[in-house]
Amino acid sequence: MTATTVDTHAADHDDHDHGPTKGIGRWLFSTNHKDIGTMYLVFSLLMFFIGGSMAMVIRSELAIPGLQFVHPEFFNSMTTMHALIMVFGAVMPAFVGLANWMIPLMIGAPDMALPRMNNWSFWILPIAFGILLSTLFMPGGAPAGGWTMYPPLILQTGDAFPFLIFSVHLMGLSSIMGAINVIVTIINMRAPDMTLLKMPMFVWTWLITAYLLIAVMPVLAGAVTMLLTDQFFGTSFFLAAGGGDPVMFQHIFWFFGHPEVYIMILPAFGVVSEIIPTFARKKLFGHDSMVYAASCIAFLSFIVWAHHMFTVGMPLTGQLFFMFATMLIAVPTGVKIFNWVATMWRGSMTFETPMLFSLAFVFLFTIGGFSGLMLAIQPADVQYHDTYFVVAHFHYVLVPGSVFAIMAGAYYWLPKWTGHMYNETLGKLHFWMSTIFVNLTFFPQHFLGLAGMPRRIPDYSVQFADFNLVSSVGAIGFGLSQLIFVAVLLTAKKGAKATDRVWEGSHGLEWTVPSPAPWHTFTTPPKARIANESFE
Amino acid sequence: MTTHSDEHYYVPHGSHWPAVGSLGLLFLMVGVSSWLNGAGAGFYIMLTGLAIIIFMVTGWFGAVIGESQGGLYNAQVDASFRQGMFWFIFSEVMFFAAFFGALFYARNMAIPWLGGESNNFFTNLLLWEGFESTWPTNGPGNIGGDYEVMPPLGLPLINTALLLTSSITVTIAHHALIAGRRTQLSIFLAATFLLGFVFVYLQGVEYVHAYQDLNLTLSSGIYGSTFFMLTGFHGMHVTIGAIMLTIIFFRVIKGHFTPDKHFAFEAVAWYWHFVDVVWIGLYVFVYWM
Ligand code: HEM
Ligand SMILES: [Cu+2]
Repeated sequence: MTATTVDTHAADHDDHDHGPTKGIGRWLFSTNHKDIGTMYLVFSLLMFFIGGSMAMVIRSELAIPGLQFVHPEFFNSMTTMHALIMVFGAVMPAFVGLANWMIPLMIGAPDMALPRMNNWSFWILPIAFGILLSTLFMPGGAPAGGWTMYPPLILQTGDAFPFLIFSVHLMGLSSIMGAINVIVTIINMRAPDMTLLKMPMFVWTWLITAYLLIAVMPVLAGAVTMLLTDQFFGTSFFLAAGGGDPVMFQHIFWFFGHPEVYIMILPAFGVVSEIIPTFARKKLFGHDSMVYAASCIAFLSFIVWAHHMFTVGMPLTGQLFFMFATMLIAVPTGVKIFNWVATMWRGSMTFETPMLFSLAFVFLFTIGGFSGLMLAIQPADVQYHDTYFVVAHFHYVLVPGSVFAIMAGAYYWLPKWTGHMYNETLGKLHFWMSTIFVNLTFFPQHFLGLAGMPRRIPDYSVQFADFNLVSSVGAIGFGLSQLIFVAVLLTAKKGAKATDRVWEGSHGLEWTVPSPAPWHTFTTPPKARIANESFE
Repeated sequence: MTTHSDEHYYVPHGSHWPAVGSLGLLFLMVGVSSWLNGAGAGFYIMLTGLAIIIFMVTGWFGAVIGESQGGLYNAQVDASFRQGMFWFIFSEVMFFAAFFGALFYARNMAIPWLGGESNNFFTNLLLWEGFESTWPTNGPGNIGGDYEVMPPLGLPLINTALLLTSSITVTIAHHALIAGRRTQLSIFLAATFLLGFVFVYLQGVEYVHAYQDLNLTLSSGIYGSTFFMLTGFHGMHVTIGAIMLTIIFFRVIKGHFTPDKHFAFEAVAWYWHFVDVVWIGLYVFVYWM
């Protein structure tokens, strides 16, 4: 970079000395990573509940055989909207929120590198999801062709169609700008003596995630643009009569889609890799191998996409390639799980709520990984594909996977955000209820899928009745359990004052600043006491 | 890689421009969507959105230019801008990759399969009997009717020459800027954006020719789709790039940029090279091969 030293005297004090402005302007015009992080987290929680209500509709309809509450078309809208909202509105923004709050604190930066763009990344989201949710009230109903938007089915969407396409564009725009900000912050704003390999795991996994985001969100934008032009401007990308191919959409979509699932899990790996060492009171086992494993996963995620398409017709070599490449991912994933377990090995462990969620993560994510391996076996997937087995698989990796990691992170860092300890009893209650009900919901779905129950259908044969009822009871229970988390948040400032370190075994720069973290931190580069050093 | 000002970090103050931008996007997206659905008012909502966005871009960039000229930015901010621009261009590359991917997939997979290759004998026999795989094609349904192919020589070749030349002129301008030769800088910068606009004009001429004389349209099957979407998005990027070069030109005239501090100039130059590289891909795979 240029070696010019410019006189920055006037600049330094541009925004440092005063606190937040009053009123709505503080949020609407914010350039503060903590405020923006908070907005992301609150937004994501809101979406979690909206998407969750849709899941309640789905599970109520499926509780017993036959059609009882909703029209099949509306049921299809619910599955489609539930997925879009959970993926793009709940999980991804939650991780961006954590990144906003924690990355600058962890690397000793005063803020994100491009704070105004950071603001815009966030404020695009309410627009995008406002548009998406408004489709519920449009003629023809909300999109109902599945979150994967396969043509030709999705082209039968009513007035909602262009709104769907453009809301996806907006989500992509927001993610890309957010990701650029994360990368630049990490590369350019680290404390002087924090070398790349000394970075905390959460920072590392987000660096890789951001790279994935910039690489694949534009591809999704391209795919939905082709849908739009096929629908309105007469192109033939997905029209066989014109020399195109509907299967081509699936290739382009899943080239985005598989890295996307790692976008939703890599930051979760990061969160868990922060928490387990703290409560095991040991250094993270194999820090560098964790970095290499995450990088391998990211690389492999680009060459496995067609495992979502084993049944659509593909040359045999293609089937074999995608099958073996997919199985390879289990290797770096195994490295990670081994390292978490090894971190706990002979540690002096305590089981506060963040640790409980992390432990459940390790255990239950692994179940999801195993069902993924089963799905990766092409000949077997011909049987499993589009059944509830797939639904069970991705909910295991996403709910007790990504969502539990988000919860773990929220409990872990709440005291740093609010300055008070949350209510541990409520937290533990939240954890146990969630864990019991999540398994009650999704474990029976494995059996349903293996027995052949198709996904995305509002009715089913009576032979599937019992497990479906169990699953629905579990789902309602899980939904209600999340209200405990709201109670935790509402009482978050009532607990004892938190110390700076908050947790006995905590390590890293974020624990050197006061709790709550002041509105501005690190106005000058800290002399970093780098993560993990406290254990050496 | 980490660049530091030894004293303090710089954090910009709050700004209302992002919020204005979001408002513009809301109008734009709702407008286009309702317009596509056949609501006439949608068009005007779209225009309003576009106007708000243009207002936002000028305002936001204006503010940043002001701050930059005011000496507020240190070397670290400069590095952040650079890296940001790099990753932005990378995202653009991936956007084009989706369309190139569609082109390759159609040419190497979809069309041969429609013609019966691999294990698709019966697809061909039962669904599209008599269809033979060729490129270019508008598919077995002859979608869009008979058309002629856009030849690689002629206008496209001239356009290639124009863009390649413009990449050279912008580099010369850059060297002039570093060496402090301001007149040379302005002349070559002007040459660059003029070449850019001529390119866009000729592209327009080519489109008119395609639609009027060749019956080659966006609806000419997969060939028309890939041809117009790839060249169209590229042309849009050239237009934006040329406009940005023009703005840089006027900033040069106003005396902005120093030999060692000229991020905006470099960012636009990178963007211009990126547009150039995409064109080479286009020329080879869309026009030529
Ligand atoms: C060991 C790693 C994994 C393997 C081998 C794996 C494999 C697979 C396979 C083969 C499918 C396609 C099944 C079918 O449609 O027939 C699938 C679906 C899916 N996976 Fe995974 N997976 C893994 C990890 C993950 C992770 C970490 C996530 C997300 C956090 C995830 C999310 C999904 C989703 C959302 C789907 C379904 C998409 C849809 O059709 O709507 N997977 N997985
Ligand atoms: Cu996948």
